[in-house]
Amino acid sequence: MKLYLKIWRQKDASTKGQMVDYTLDGVESDMSFLEMLDILNEELISKGEEPIEFDHDCREGICGTCSLQINGRPHGPDTMITVCQLHMRSFNDGDEIVIEPWRAKAFPVIKDLIVDRTAFDRIQQAGGYISVNTSGRPVDANAIPIKKHIADTAMDAATCIGCGACVAACKNASAMLFTSAKVSQFALLPQGQVEAVDRVQNMVRQMDLEGFGNCTNTGACEIECPKGISLENIARMNREYFSASIKG
Amino acid sequence: MSGLIKSSIARKVVMALSGLFLVFFLTQHFVINITSVIDPETFNSWSHFMGYNPLVQFVLQPVLIAGVIIHFVMGFVLEIQNKKARGINYVKYKGSANAPWVSRNMIYSGLVVLAFLGLHFYDFWVHEMTYKYVEFLPQDPSRYHAETVEKFAPFWRTIIYIVSFILLTLHLWHGFSSSFQTMGVNNKYTPAIKAFAKIFSVVIPLGFAFIALYHHLNPITH
Repeated sequence: MKLYLKIWRQKDASTKGQMVDYTLDGVESDMSFLEMLDILNEELISKGEEPIEFDHDCREGICGTCSLQINGRPHGPDTMITVCQLHMRSFNDGDEIVIEPWRAKAFPVIKDLIVDRTAFDRIQQAGGYISVNTSGRPVDANAIPIKKHIADTAMDAATCIGCGACVAACKNASAMLFTSAKVSQFALLPQGQVEAVDRVQNMVRQMDLEGFGNCTNTGACEIECPKGISLENIARMNREYFSASIKG
Repeated sequence: MSGLIKSSIARKVVMALSGLFLVFFLTQHFVINITSVIDPETFNSWSHFMGYNPLVQFVLQPVLIAGVIIHFVMGFVLEIQNKKARGINYVKYKGSANAPWVSRNMIYSGLVVLAFLGLHFYDFWVHEMTYKYVEFLPQDPSRYHAETVEKFAPFWRTIIYIVSFILLTLHLWHGFSSSFQTMGVNNKYTPAIKAFAKIFSVVIPLGFAFIALYHHLNPITH
């Protein structure tokens, strides 16, 4: 198939970027979206042009690195997938495809389609951990009985891969879904209780400091999340926050 | 506690609680107004009570005005912060793919309702204040029904009221149930809360629209 691509090109963080048009022929429907970009880059390199920079790593939907806004949606037109899991059969011959980086003040563009998502790392570092001393004693988390539905809900929250699609989709560039997933995975489990008060307060404070927007409950994040992280996590984080504000 | 005041979650809570308070007010306002259609005598006596009871006038009324101001000022603050948080806009942004129109355009439905409140205050509140505190006219428990019906004689005012109530429906459609989510309520009762909020969002504003239209179509003939 033949595609008409409009791709954001930006030399570096301090240079103004712009959309550039490319025409790519010979795209197979079985190719992944990233393979299609690989082919475009090979063409650009053979013509002596600068290839398009884009983030990618595992190419099997678990690392959360591939961060592309495709035709106005994070990770493209399909749901519950990352860009590496998006295939060209989702497009038609002659389609125009607009490819942009995640847009958020807290995710500045580094180059072309690559954004700096270390804001998420800093939120995580602010409290997304448990301080458990490890030793040679074989007493681990499995020794503490936890009801299955609670363990499952905590695991569902923990499946967040920190890709940033929630921020990219949200009309307010809010990071509430990410932060709430990282709060929830600990809030639900006994190991997370010791630092519960500090955790939610510190993580929310860091989230606000990074310049993410305020959640208005549109639910766009939940729809676009490749791991299906639920809005229930945001409600849970709010409850945790109220409780921590009173206790702390 | 200081974190609660400064944080994004606190700003959401302010929106949610002031919104829920206004929903409560809307309900009692509707209950009183519908009597203007059912029984003018009841409407007159309830209106007179609301107009002259010191608790309503000097405690509840200022609280209500504060609630309205807090809600729309915080709405503007959030909107400005949220626009800044995006930074550079997308060339192509398909908001309709993942969120309903009403949830993405609360600022616009809210602005229409706010503009309507300006007219509504001018029509009734300013009139009442002038009657009581500027012209010092004597108490008249029988005047309210006729005054209300007369207000809806012009077609343009009736239409503005009806259009505003439709926008209020859209605003409440998202806002009412959303405030529960903000307050941390997302559990097995959420589908029931959402259903109730949607029914409320349609019934109450359209009920107000019906009252306006009813009075327009049934003028008092002297």
